[in-house]
Amino acid sequence: MEPILSVEDLSVSFARYDRGLSRRSLSALRGLSLAVEPGQVLAVVGESGAGKSLLAHAILHILPRNAQASGTIRYGGASLTRERAEVLRGREVALIPQGVTFLDPMMKVGSQIRRGENSPDARARCRQVLERYGLGPETEELYPFQLSGGMARRVLIACAVMESPRLIIADEPTPGLDAKAAGRVLGHFRELAEQGAGVLFITHDLTLALSVADRITVLYDGQTADTVSPSQFRAGTGLTHPYTRALRQAMPENDFL
Amino acid sequence: MKNRRQSTLLLLLLAGGALCAVMLAGALQPDAAADFSQKNLPPCLAHPFGTDWLGRDMLGRTLAGLSLSIRLGLLTSAVSAAAALALGTASAALGGWVDSAISWLIDLVMGVPHILLIMLISLACGRGFWGVTLGVALSHWPALARVLRGEALQLRQAPYLQMARRMGVPWGRVLTGHIVPHLLPQLWAGLILQFPHAILHEASVTFLGFGLPPEEPAIGVILSESMAYLTTGRWWLALFPGLTLAATVSLFALAGERLRLLLAPASAQE
Amino acid sequence: MSHRLQFTAKKLVRMALLLLGVSLTAFLLMNASPLDPLQTNVGQAALGSMSPEQIAKLEEYWGADTPAAERYLSWLGSALRGDLGVSLLYRRPVLEVIGQRLSTSLWLLACAWVLSGALGLGLGLLAGANRGRWPDRLVRGCCLTVSSTPAFWLGLLLLIVFAVWLKILPIGMAVPIGGGQATLLERLRHALLPGLTLSITGAANIALHTREKVVDVLDSDYILFARARGERHILRRHVLRNVALPAVTLQFASIGELIGGSVLVEQVFSYPGLGQAAVSAGLGSDMPLLLGITVVTAALVFGGSLTADLLYGAIDPRIRKGAAAQ
Repeated sequence: MEPILSVEDLSVSFARYDRGLSRRSLSALRGLSLAVEPGQVLAVVGESGAGKSLLAHAILHILPRNAQASGTIRYGGASLTRERAEVLRGREVALIPQGVTFLDPMMKVGSQIRRGENSPDARARCRQVLERYGLGPETEELYPFQLSGGMARRVLIACAVMESPRLIIADEPTPGLDAKAAGRVLGHFRELAEQGAGVLFITHDLTLALSVADRITVLYDGQTADTVSPSQFRAGTGLTHPYTRALRQAMPENDFL
Repeated sequence: MKNRRQSTLLLLLLAGGALCAVMLAGALQPDAAADFSQKNLPPCLAHPFGTDWLGRDMLGRTLAGLSLSIRLGLLTSAVSAAAALALGTASAALGGWVDSAISWLIDLVMGVPHILLIMLISLACGRGFWGVTLGVALSHWPALARVLRGEALQLRQAPYLQMARRMGVPWGRVLTGHIVPHLLPQLWAGLILQFPHAILHEASVTFLGFGLPPEEPAIGVILSESMAYLTTGRWWLALFPGLTLAATVSLFALAGERLRLLLAPASAQE
Repeated sequence: MSHRLQFTAKKLVRMALLLLGVSLTAFLLMNASPLDPLQTNVGQAALGSMSPEQIAKLEEYWGADTPAAERYLSWLGSALRGDLGVSLLYRRPVLEVIGQRLSTSLWLLACAWVLSGALGLGLGLLAGANRGRWPDRLVRGCCLTVSSTPAFWLGLLLLIVFAVWLKILPIGMAVPIGGGQATLLERLRHALLPGLTLSITGAANIALHTREKVVDVLDSDYILFARARGERHILRRHVLRNVALPAVTLQFASIGELIGGSVLVEQVFSYPGLGQAAVSAGLGSDMPLLLGITVVTAALVFGGSLTADLLYGAIDPRIRKGAAAQ
């Protein structure tokens, strides 16, 4: 199937100061490639600090000001330029961020989910998505600081599916949740994929990735090490990179291999 | 194109150079002599800043005044930065009633507008040089002290310092070995940012008549005297001395601002 | 609700203690002054025209024979009963002088306060939203320059340009010299230049601080998310909302420096307000008046920060709802 999103040779670098006066470029991603197909969950697994969030930000063209990106990003077969990204953001492409700090602390949840739209249609849809994730209409009137961790996560997912997107980028959406809650969140992703959306699931948790993804891309040193299916990974077939093999060795169930 | 660190260093050097040049010029040049054949001249080649009603060269008077202002500014901002460091760290390190007392004192001093407080302190010293010096030095520390206290309080909570305490490192060592060195960048930025304020307040208080005596060649004195001649159209008496003061002060304000931006983690890498 | 009342009561007590501290500090400073009010010219001239009771009271406050502690307590006692003593310069009760001067200054202060706040907030938002681009550089450059410029010199410049060269505005004073009853328009004309000077210096400071806050907000996670969701009107919807709190604090914290600036500006424009009275009182060693002005000014500053704290509680949902939930 034609991938909905393909990333080829993506590099992101920062200008940073050394000790002293010189400034040099520090690359966080160097030549990363991946592809997400509709109806599929692709998990991107990498260590903390490997620049996984930058991948999400680069796709959406919301990188920090001192970052530079190069490489090709294609969405729906055409190049994803800044202008196109600006049109697609929030409509066809949705981000699910890490936690409650991504909600405006001074604004009620309902207004944030609706993005300020007050039409009866928007209100109805808002109630609908909240209900879909087990949140009552009273949630609309709460401020972010009044949400529990699990509620906040569901509100963030509700924000993303408000416009029935075709591509969902979830950036570490589970830390801080217990296994049961995390499982529920992953279930929501699976469900979205089954309805035809492509899901890019960025995480550092290999076990979670194996449990939900159709394919797994392992990041090492800012590049793609391997892209395999969970069953391949478990079996250890098709792993070309030493890092991926070491990662597999380190799985709890492979302890004594 | 220079990067931000290089241009900031350049700016600091420039500010330092300007400072030395003005101080040297002020110290080396003889007292502007009265010359009645040259009085009330508008700016010309021989007297770029014009002359006053006694025929004194305004450029000379301005440089002398600025040199005095800079020396006073350096002295007072150094004293108040030292006070801020001492009170800010003491407040954070000792906690308890000392902290409450110092915080209360900070609020107290900040409750009275700078100008009024300097006037009061200056009066207590019988005005003059020591009045304005003490006034400026004793009124400018609270803002920096509050910043340093906040920083020191955060540091105090840092796990490695908690650990050091538990392992029996005495407070004095923790303070001088870990907390104070961490505060130094903030202190430097604060010192450089305080310097312009100190100069401006000295000039203001002198202008009002609570600072340096009229026989001193201070900028505040020059500007205060110029008031009487404004309506007769001698604009140069007020314009150039003030402009020179503002230029010197902005150079430092800019350098301090740049330094602050580089030291703040949020903007350090821009 | 009781939570809020408790908070307010606590703040009020703290404010009272601070005022007490200010009055004591000011008293001690004046007490330490080698310039004896009863020995200076103004003092002596004043003595001649005072009633014996007034002189006796003055001696009680300022005479060298009574110990300082006793004198302070006697001042405090009268002050609590609403009597701040008699001004040596004006030979009238201090409270009356302050009331009259403050009502003249209030015009100026209120206009400058509102104008500098609005201008500062607007420029700060403009600069912050355009970070690094030319509007930001322009605003920051101008504001840094203005804040490096002595307020009184700025006043002198405006005076030279508008009153001496262009001759479109008066040199100073609150009303025309010798001109009986002043019309509103004339009052406005006289307050324009001093008001402008105060507003410009105040706005520069507020703009620089607002810009920093705007930049902080723009760097936050929730703005990133808003951009990721393709939200429009981010500035109005999120930035303004989150800058509102620090802006309130800034606005009320500016009262102190505004009054400080008015001391200078009123001197330049011979505007007969509270600031000018403070300078006259200081130069003429009119201790009762200077002490009164210091206490009243400090009360205004503390009152401002109290108002800011209370407004904070009303605006910030974390405090508003948090208190209700407890």
